Amino acid sequence: MHHVTLDRWSRGESVLHRRDARVKVLALAAYLVAVATLDAGQQLALVACGALLAAGLLASRLPAGALLARAAIVLPFSGVFAIFSVLGGQPGRAVELVEKSYLSACAVLLVAGTTPLARLMGALESLHVPRFVVLVVQFIYRYLFVVSEQAQHMRLAALSRGEKGSFRAAAGALAVLFARSEARAEAVYRAMAARGFSGRIPQLGTPQLHPADAAFLIAAVGAAAIIRIAAGVFS
Amino acid sequence: MHIPDGFLATPVWAGLDATAAPAVAYLARRAGRNFDEGRIPMLGVMGAFVFAAQMINFPVGVGISGHLLGGALLAQTLGPSAAAVTMTAILAIQALVFQDGGVLALGANVWNMALIGVLAGYLPLGALGCGRRRLAAFLGGALSVLAVAVVAIAELLVSGVRMPGPVLAVTMGLFFVTALIEGAITAAVVGAIGAVNPDWTSRPQAPLARKAMFGLGACAFLLATGGIFLASTAPDGLERLAGRIGLGERARVLLAAPMPDYEARWFSSAALGKAAAGMAGLVLIFVLTALLGKWLIRTRRKE
Amino acid sequence: MSEPLIDVRGLRFRYDDGTQALDGVDFRLWPGETVALLGANGSGKTTFVLHLNGLLAGEGEVWVCGVPVEKKTLADVRRRVGLLFQDPDEQLFMPTVIEDVAFGPLNLGLNTEQAEKRAREALSQVGASAAAGRAPYHLSAGEKRRVALAGVLAMEPEILVLDEPTTYLDPPGQRDLVRCLHGLPQAKILVTHDTLFAAALATRAVFFERGRIVAEGAVREIVEKFSWTPGAGTKPAG
Repeated sequence: MHHVTLDRWSRGESVLHRRDARVKVLALAAYLVAVATLDAGQQLALVACGALLAAGLLASRLPAGALLARAAIVLPFSGVFAIFSVLGGQPGRAVELVEKSYLSACAVLLVAGTTPLARLMGALESLHVPRFVVLVVQFIYRYLFVVSEQAQHMRLAALSRGEKGSFRAAAGALAVLFARSEARAEAVYRAMAARGFSGRIPQLGTPQLHPADAAFLIAAVGAAAIIRIAAGVFS
Repeated sequence: MHIPDGFLATPVWAGLDATAAPAVAYLARRAGRNFDEGRIPMLGVMGAFVFAAQMINFPVGVGISGHLLGGALLAQTLGPSAAAVTMTAILAIQALVFQDGGVLALGANVWNMALIGVLAGYLPLGALGCGRRRLAAFLGGALSVLAVAVVAIAELLVSGVRMPGPVLAVTMGLFFVTALIEGAITAAVVGAIGAVNPDWTSRPQAPLARKAMFGLGACAFLLATGGIFLASTAPDGLERLAGRIGLGERARVLLAAPMPDYEARWFSSAALGKAAAGMAGLVLIFVLTALLGKWLIRTRRKE
Repeated sequence: MSEPLIDVRGLRFRYDDGTQALDGVDFRLWPGETVALLGANGSGKTTFVLHLNGLLAGEGEVWVCGVPVEKKTLADVRRRVGLLFQDPDEQLFMPTVIEDVAFGPLNLGLNTEQAEKRAREALSQVGASAAAGRAPYHLSAGEKRRVALAGVLAMEPEILVLDEPTTYLDPPGQRDLVRCLHGLPQAKILVTHDTLFAAALATRAVFFERGRIVAEGAVREIVEKFSWTPGAGTKPAG
């Protein structure tokens, strides 16, 4: 499953993996904003963004082919709209849609693939994303694997009973999954209470920033900014 | 329905990000106050349930199968504000882990699916009460999909994404079918849950005050009709609309510029455009260094 | 004559749907003991142990270390009674192992340094130090079980209550668990169907039937008295 692979990638070892999550989130934001505000007339800038991405990919030691293939999940959507743009006499817009959506997807994948989700969420919390939302994300992710496996087992069990699949059977399966999920949630709450939970989920400390993190931030944001400004000035 | 990065015009995604943030913050504070953090396991596991549920196929015809999207089910199960927070979390995971929807576009997707979609999914239950759960579930499922479709298409059109008339019609037709499927699936699941656990159907779900509901219903109706109107007027219609409601020359250019002619930038003067880009870059650097400075101070203070 | 660590008198409990799960239970746990709770599914064993840390409240009296279990003493009781649930996935809910094991100590009011120290000590006690930075869903059943135990031990309880701890464990995993529990000084209550496991650790056993304790004695006695083995009454196959 997709999230299993990404989870494995995020626990790898590389220069990029070792950078603080907060720095990576900011760098990602700068990159995405740069790409989003470029247009098809600034092809050189877009190519430069692609080069920046390639550098990041190298530094991450992630399997390039697999990553680029995963990012391609956006292409059907943008491809369709690109076709409409071409038919509507705007070939530039078409190219723009495909390039921008693909570059952005690759960038997000690069950061998600070098940062365990728990750390990514911690970084977002430092950036003032509400703690309640961050915690819900953590819990969803925690139980994503468990509940998905349950759903898969149910599918396998149904298939081995020769179940061709009917609307009613699927609804019944979801109802069972729903009931089990509710029961599981209540059990988790009980386990929390048993270990002294009294209204606030506690936090261990956040890691320190290193000089290498600051250097990376300046380099990444600087590069994105330079590309963007140069594109604005020279076109 | 998840809009990727690179589609929306800068004022659209930036504006939606800027307005989604306080809305989500407000709902998170509401959820935290009413339920305290003890509710989090329920929201988390239910969110995981939605992911898992999307893997189960519902055959709806020869070779076609749909699956549950879940906004309405969440809304009618957890109540609107908890469902909105859960959907926001789901969208964040979808964007970061599954590349389903962009990161800068999160504001737009949150507005569409976590806020408007959830509200539209809840209103039928609020209006009909606990007595007609299955009907409320059907209407909620259908309305949530329709509402999301309308706003998403509107956002794309305003951003200048080209959708010729016949294509728009087909798209709306597909969304209509999806809405019916979602309604049917939601109703079937709610019915099946009720069969497994008869108490569940009569349990009151975080009700909204009557007045609030009518107000929200009216807003939803206006949004929907406005959205349909926007969608039915093709790109050129927006310029005419702008003229009719008397927007100034500069503003009309702003509105029309991201559209048909890709060479036109969103300021009518080329020089202004370059300067603006330069300024934006500088502001970005400034903000980021300020933030970096803030942490460095904070981490040093912790030692 | 020392005071019992747990003193239960006349405990009765009825679920919302009307089932009388407990029908007058008297029970005492003495320091240093390990007691096995045996009995059929639905006989009340799990319902009983949920009263020992106040997760359920019924009629009758429950005293833990001389303190009556009631709303205002819950925090204190939950510090003294460490409950290990049957399904480790319910118990390991934090994103990483170290955060999960530190959850208890942090709730007790320790600061982050002290809590992390306690957590690491507890992990080494159960032989799971290597798992500290990992995510729970990556662990094997045995590792999850040990991490969950560490999470309980990190609160430094005086009493350990374990609900079906050998579930999902293979024989080597069960052996590891037995060895680990042997080394722990706390008094223990084991809810279990695994009579070999019970025999390896328990100093005595009680038998639950329909919400009551109907017999008490050495594990072997109880097993024989109630024919509490899978092969009882049938000829062996091999």
